[in-house]
Amino acid sequence: MKPPRFQYAAPRLLDEALTLLDQYREDVKILAGGQSLVPLLNMRLAGPSYIVDINHISELQYIEPEDGYLAIGATVRQRQVERSALVQEQLPMLVEAVQHIGHMQIRNRGTVVGSIAHADPAAELPALLTCLNGEVLVQSANSERVIKAEEFFTGYLSTALEAGEMLTEVRFPWIPPQAGWAFMEFARRSGDYALVGAAAVLTPALDDRCMVAHIAYLGIAGAPVRAHAVEDVLVGTMLDDATLDSAAEIARTVVSEDMSDVHATTEYRRVLTAELTRRVLKAAWERRQP
Amino acid sequence: MQEQEAPAFTEESDIAVTVNGHHYERRVPVRLLLSDFLRHELHLTGTHIGCEHGVCGCFTVLLIGDAVRSCLMLAVQAESMAITTIEGMAGTNSDLHPIQQAFMEKHGLQCGFCTPGIIMSVHAMLHDKPDPTDEEIRHELSGNICRCTGYQNIVEAVKLAAERLRVSQSEMEMD
Repeated sequence: MKPPRFQYAAPRLLDEALTLLDQYREDVKILAGGQSLVPLLNMRLAGPSYIVDINHISELQYIEPEDGYLAIGATVRQRQVERSALVQEQLPMLVEAVQHIGHMQIRNRGTVVGSIAHADPAAELPALLTCLNGEVLVQSANSERVIKAEEFFTGYLSTALEAGEMLTEVRFPWIPPQAGWAFMEFARRSGDYALVGAAAVLTPALDDRCMVAHIAYLGIAGAPVRAHAVEDVLVGTMLDDATLDSAAEIARTVVSEDMSDVHATTEYRRVLTAELTRRVLKAAWERRQP
Repeated sequence: MQEQEAPAFTEESDIAVTVNGHHYERRVPVRLLLSDFLRHELHLTGTHIGCEHGVCGCFTVLLIGDAVRSCLMLAVQAESMAITTIEGMAGTNSDLHPIQQAFMEKHGLQCGFCTPGIIMSVHAMLHDKPDPTDEEIRHELSGNICRCTGYQNIVEAVKLAAERLRVSQSEMEMD
């Protein structure tokens, strides 16, 4: 259980890192917090020839409120977000999602952007970013582009990132002040990968009916899933029991057919997804500010 | 973009780290894990190796005061950082740290393989939460697996250690 041989560089400037990525394209991996890459190296599931360690790039170390979203740079650790007074006050949903990640020892090293780039379908932050309809900033030696979460996560551990590109910033949209939100998951043990998780944001209108609904899931398909079909039945309602029942029923059908594994069958995940939908919507709705 | 002179890739690197207050300089292969560096290069074998992929928790060390998994870090990444391992917990006269003392008194260990990692996690936890509830202790220690004790005595030991550390902290403040 030791990493295979590789070549290592730790640039101090983003431009240097992008140049290296451009030069070595297919055979290079970025090392940030290392909480996913290093286990993969140890188990020899990954064996890149080159590793670019971005931890020394200080220009990527920022948590910055912007017009419309909170920007987080690529070297910001999950623990920093958890401890940030700014995030606690202005985007507490992100703090709650982060606290579901692994254990504190993992969050002390793991980065927010790294979790998004790794795109584990059972991970919290990809689901949150999808729920909030957030974006990522992707840079390469010659260009940069902004990608919507739903287009970024393309499948199991797969993203729209191309060779030579680096995810440098994640943008979590602000939640409207009157909206209620909740983040929940089912895990067998504290800190384990969740079997299923859900993130919901519900914005009430002046008549206290649901005006905008966002709900996304983790662990139910190869990528995080935003369930527009569930959202549609919520809009215009007051989240009464009958509405929650039909939302839960639709949520069952959103679970991908091939989700049976050693931890749970697809059918069990469907049951969990339905119940979690009910609970997360209820909790989010109770938190709204009419 | 301006042409950059990017740093060269290497397979070996010189590092300087401070471990338990001692300064060390070594040349290491870049693929060497921090856990192996501590054990094989510095002969600090108190940091144990269990699963080697970040699940068992017995390789937990403090990196600038925060508990981290030494098997999920390359030694080269610890360059110019301060690390504390279980060997750095006891005082100069080999008197046990209050956390170690509490684990001994409350039988918070049986085989002891997981104990170094747990002690380091507890140290970091009590720094953030000096008076944790049972539930908080169990939650914060969920990243450390013990296959002997059933955790009951570990929770008792943490509570005793927390109490003693709080008392010594308030005595220090009164002095």
